[in-house]
Amino acid sequence: MNSKTRTPLFHVSKRGLMPWYKTWAIRGLGLLLAVIACGLITTLVTGQNPLQVYAAIFNGSFGSPRKIWVLLQNIAMLLCVSLAVTPAFRMRCWNLGGEGQALIGGLAAAACMILLPGRLPNWAVIACMCVASLAAGALWAAIPAIFKAKWNTNETLFTLMMNYVATQLVAFYCVVWESPKGSGTIGVINSKTEIGWFPQIGSYKYLLNILIVAAVCILMYVYLNYSKHGYEIAVVGESERTARYVGIKVERVIVRTMLLSGALCGLAGLLLVGSTNHTLTTTIVDGRGFTAVMVSWLAKFNPIWMILTSFLLVFLGRGAGEIATKFGLNRSFGDILTGVILFFIIGSEFFINYQIHFRKSGEREGKGSV
Amino acid sequence: MEEKIPAVTMRDITKSFGSVIANDRIWLNIYRGEVLALLGENGSGKTTLMNMLSGIYFPDEGQISIDGRDVVIRSPRDALDLGIGMIHQHFKLVDVLTAAENIVLGLEGKLDLKAAAEKIRGICETYGFEVDPNQKIYDMSVSQKQTVEIVKVLYRGADILILDEPTAVLTPQETDRLFTVLRNMRDDGKAIVIITHKMHEVEAISDRVAILRHGQFMGDMPTKDTNAQEMTNMMVGHQVALNIDRPEPVDPKLRIRVKGLTVRSVDGILKLDDVSFTANSGEILGVAGISGCGQKELLEAIAGLQPVEKGSIEYLKDDGTAEQLVGRDPLSIQQMGVALSFVPEDRLGMGLVANMDLSDNMMLRSFRRGHSLFTDRKTPRQLALDVVEELRVVTPGVSTPVRRLSGGNVQKVLVGREIASAPTVLLTAYAVRGLDINSSHTIYDLINRQKKAGVAVIYVGEDLDVLLELADRILVLCGGKVSGIIPGRGAQKRDVGMMMTKLGGNAHEQ
Repeated sequence: MNSKTRTPLFHVSKRGLMPWYKTWAIRGLGLLLAVIACGLITTLVTGQNPLQVYAAIFNGSFGSPRKIWVLLQNIAMLLCVSLAVTPAFRMRCWNLGGEGQALIGGLAAAACMILLPGRLPNWAVIACMCVASLAAGALWAAIPAIFKAKWNTNETLFTLMMNYVATQLVAFYCVVWESPKGSGTIGVINSKTEIGWFPQIGSYKYLLNILIVAAVCILMYVYLNYSKHGYEIAVVGESERTARYVGIKVERVIVRTMLLSGALCGLAGLLLVGSTNHTLTTTIVDGRGFTAVMVSWLAKFNPIWMILTSFLLVFLGRGAGEIATKFGLNRSFGDILTGVILFFIIGSEFFINYQIHFRKSGEREGKGSV
Repeated sequence: MEEKIPAVTMRDITKSFGSVIANDRIWLNIYRGEVLALLGENGSGKTTLMNMLSGIYFPDEGQISIDGRDVVIRSPRDALDLGIGMIHQHFKLVDVLTAAENIVLGLEGKLDLKAAAEKIRGICETYGFEVDPNQKIYDMSVSQKQTVEIVKVLYRGADILILDEPTAVLTPQETDRLFTVLRNMRDDGKAIVIITHKMHEVEAISDRVAILRHGQFMGDMPTKDTNAQEMTNMMVGHQVALNIDRPEPVDPKLRIRVKGLTVRSVDGILKLDDVSFTANSGEILGVAGISGCGQKELLEAIAGLQPVEKGSIEYLKDDGTAEQLVGRDPLSIQQMGVALSFVPEDRLGMGLVANMDLSDNMMLRSFRRGHSLFTDRKTPRQLALDVVEELRVVTPGVSTPVRRLSGGNVQKVLVGREIASAPTVLLTAYAVRGLDINSSHTIYDLINRQKKAGVAVIYVGEDLDVLLELADRILVLCGGKVSGIIPGRGAQKRDVGMMMTKLGGNAHEQ
């Protein structure tokens, strides 16, 4: 009432539920502000015309049909790992071992491609690759899962450490299977016979991967939201005590879900080795196991939204690479822009959940009221 | 002027959370040398109002004055600087530290525990507290912890004290002791606000009552000029019957037989020691005891959630055959065809999933039904709609996460789900804790209806007055042992209180 006293400049309070169009208005505005901020930074720091920089970022992804295919392939692979970690995340089990699980899946696939030709026909090699990769990925996730279920070990640390074991194993086999001798790399496997290479659909090299991941995405959405397993995962994630109270076997759910998570990571490794690269390196997964964490979180663990968030991250990454080469900027500059954009995207979530009241009453200023 | 200057004046205080107005232009005066009881149903805005006074929330509108001076309270620290201290329902103490360490925690200046202990003893002497400054918190009973919380705010110089449902966790004897201390503090000129749902406590301790309803201030008056019925009516807005029904049990049959039950916690502490009793169909067995005397373990052991060291729990079917429940988990108990429902103490942490909506919570009990890989969402949704309608749950809809509901409505959802499965045994733990009179009576009615339908009800309660009115038999636990089993009709509160604190009470009880 008589506000002659010193009220604080502003205070923050929680919002109620907002209609969806308002939340999206806030997110859109956040993105717009991010783009403006990036433009300002670019001009101030490098002296380049921001519009040209944006055009370059856009060209990095959509500049040519080839670039579009590469973009889609990268989205598919990132999405595959993200879909893999999501069931574990929904269970509040932080599987940070996507990198290692995918790598070990790739190793299993490569092993089949190198060791089996001559003994088995091509189709059988491919079948073995599929089984071996999924099983290897699942195993890599099952080890921490069993320890968590039995002795309540910390899955975050455990899965993280399993990544290093996987990397070292792959490094070892890169030397064992090196070709040509002395190179320390495997090179393209079966480049003459193409045994174990996944078939191409028409002339589109990446289409198979994209279709497989699209199918996984839809299946995962249905699994998480409509199946009994999905419901159990959600209950365990929200409250283990409630889960026990209604008779859910928590240990079993943890191990089962981590097996699924690891197997899907193995699938990503399989596709990378068998379908895309036909070789194996220690960096073949390219940090996707970690980027996947961000993809999954930004989409709030919703598989369908994850298509969008993985697109965003891949798009930004490729744009960063493009401006690095085109303007002779350091690649880190692209990362700075990515950081700025993510800052605004995550920041808009704050304004969706909270509103800020400034000193004069009656004036409700959140970014959402635009 | 002979009129006193209020210690605290709250003028036109408004606070909303999203679209919900928790406090709507509330005016309230708090005086020194007076105990003010703040009354209201769940969700009427009592705690919100007090949280603004203690700096946890900041009001959207309105002005607070202390001793006639306008102030701004931005944080709990601001509040303490103004002499306002709040004792919350959930204690905020560090278990591994001593009382004295907890009390000085966060204070600036040199750490001098000896001087602190001295000052604490001084405070205790003045008001009649019993605290050993060097005792570790994990060694303390709930009531001792509460005492530490009160001493903590006094130590920091608070002379306006707010207690949020302080008696919810205390035995009658402990409550009496607390009230003695509160009276001493009042006589020392401190201003005291107490939030409680129990009418007889309001009448016993307070000098003045202020009543909120749906976030609005309904009025205040001296306690001696009013009575429980009038206060209740003001709180609820219509006439409420305050007595609890206790129909005679019809054709009671032995349903649960517990023999020599012994349970240890994970840390090896003996929680239940050789407990034996029976529960009959069509009857309410009340379980009384100081909190933490094994009530939780008892119910969880029956429900298959608590590993049992020794003893047996038998479920007797109508044809007289007995099924052993020890060693089974909730799923296998259910698969055995034992219809057991359990309303646990921790509603949102165990009975329900706070972030899920009403229909998904209904599904917790039924999602396994059928052979399909997919869940059936229609039936739980219908059940949620039915529960909302029958029990008059206040909610925007069945797609609202249950954490957004008020305490009473959360409990209605939980109880509604548990009785929907037509149980033969109903276990309830603190079914009305934190619930206002109106909601409490709804729950008593529901439980009585189950009893009349032939369900064996085991009701763990903390409010002795209610237990004495509701239960057909009362099992009193003391330190994990059975202190006595007495008929509910004619039982005396004093005797039960004695049995809670001492095995067998006055010995001649049977």
